[in-house]
Amino acid sequence: MDRRKFVGKGLLGILAGSLGAEVVFADRIPPNYIPLFLQDPDPFERFLKDKEMVVLNDKPWNMEAQAHLLNDPVTPNKYMFIRNNGKIPEHVDASSWELTIDGESVKSRKTFSLQELKTNYQHHTYQLTLECGGNGRSEFDPPAKGNQWTVGAVSCAQWTGVRLRDVLEAAGIKSDAVYIGYHAADTHLSGDPNKEPISRGVPISKALQDETLLAFQMNGEDIPMAHGYPLRLVCGGWPASASGKWVNRISIRNKVHDGAKMGGSSYRVPCENVAPGTKVEDTNMCIIESMPVKSLITHPKSGALIKAGRALKVNGHAWAGELEVNQMEYSIDFGSNWITCSLEKPANRLAWQHFSATIDFPKKGYYEVWARATDQNGRSQPMVLPGWNPKGYLNNACHRIAVKVV
Amino acid sequence: MKKEFDHQVRRLSRLLFSFLLLFLILFSGLFYWANRPPEIQQELEDVTPLVSIDDEIENGIHVTTGFIEDEGMRVTIQNCTNCHSAKLVTQNRMSRDGWEATIRWMQETQNLWDLGNNEELILTYLAKNYAPVAKGRRQNLDQTVWYELE
Repeated sequence: MDRRKFVGKGLLGILAGSLGAEVVFADRIPPNYIPLFLQDPDPFERFLKDKEMVVLNDKPWNMEAQAHLLNDPVTPNKYMFIRNNGKIPEHVDASSWELTIDGESVKSRKTFSLQELKTNYQHHTYQLTLECGGNGRSEFDPPAKGNQWTVGAVSCAQWTGVRLRDVLEAAGIKSDAVYIGYHAADTHLSGDPNKEPISRGVPISKALQDETLLAFQMNGEDIPMAHGYPLRLVCGGWPASASGKWVNRISIRNKVHDGAKMGGSSYRVPCENVAPGTKVEDTNMCIIESMPVKSLITHPKSGALIKAGRALKVNGHAWAGELEVNQMEYSIDFGSNWITCSLEKPANRLAWQHFSATIDFPKKGYYEVWARATDQNGRSQPMVLPGWNPKGYLNNACHRIAVKVV
Repeated sequence: MKKEFDHQVRRLSRLLFSFLLLFLILFSGLFYWANRPPEIQQELEDVTPLVSIDDEIENGIHVTTGFIEDEGMRVTIQNCTNCHSAKLVTQNRMSRDGWEATIRWMQETQNLWDLGNNEELILTYLAKNYAPVAKGRRQNLDQTVWYELE
């Protein structure tokens, strides 16, 4: 709703009615003053998000969930984090939306209408884990620059679309192709029309996977505007920034894509581990590919008081980027002993897996329940912050909740 | 017989009258909407942007932006909240070098202008009020709210 439409003295009364509250002294509001409650649209209403979601940034919009909000097996929109680098496109017309495939390594540049994509290619549906590369950044010491995500920049929704592979092959992929890069309709914060806020991509091998989609639906409905309506590239298991929103062009590159946020310290970490706070040269930074093994206790919410003698049921999700999670454990004694949880298979490759356990506490007191996942290659989550890096990516330290037995 | 006829006439005229009233409301409504928008548009042009800095401070915090009140705050607001939200600044902690590197990065890649003499003021303000605090490899859980689990 355009707040400006509300401006106009005569409409204030109507407005007051719709608010369910009278604007006292409405007749004395200066003619050009926009009442405070109309200056910024409520992001929770605008994006249909739950009120418990946490706004980290309002320009650009960045919002994260809390662990207990992510309890659903498939994440609904209201609990899905928003990570934007630029401004959400303002005028999106799905009926005239087009996607162009170009680049050095395309056999013939080709443009498809959204309708053509929907009608000419087979539809596929997958549950895909999308985690922000910087999820957990707030724990870094020395602190890392950027939105200070805690644990809630992760989701696993059900995405429906066509395979990127089918569309790329329709245009033709030259044998020297190494990468794809997306371009999209969002706009740069500075207002500069020649700048892209973000234009990232993935190696051609990831682009050709079955699960890499050009999606037009999320959880069975049109993708919400904040998540890329009407067309989003979805590359599950990789930093969510690889899953470009509002995509209108994909370039097949004969070199590593060099769009905005592909270089410098963006979505890159030191190729070799460094001591905390070290300055790292650009040439020693490597692009993040698969996200590391991680898990989240989504029930109960941290801070539970339980009666002595009562068992506690905990559950949550575990994921490991390109890999599957093989084992899930919990500890109630700060990592001295680990007990195996029951763990489900993923709904499909790159979907998070659900775990649960029933915990008996030996006596009254303060406890922390720690969760630790191990991927199919035997790599487990660390109990403390893993390798420091300049931008605070890849924090997969085990999740903890506090419990008091009283 | 006549009585019945009179009664019918009265009912009919009441019906006709209520129709007339309905049409009147409908047409005046349509007329209002057809004529109202240009008026609003006109008023819009006079609206001055409300991002102008007010001075309301509460407990040492600038109410509109959330910045800590100190020397250099106004210049920081003027130069650092045009493109992005104040929240992107206030949620971060950096040393003076770190803030300076961030300014350089924004100048090189994000169209930030030359800050001139204000740069010194901004850097001093940020380095003092938004300096890193050592927190080690892992902090205690910040659990202040407890609830009974059914």
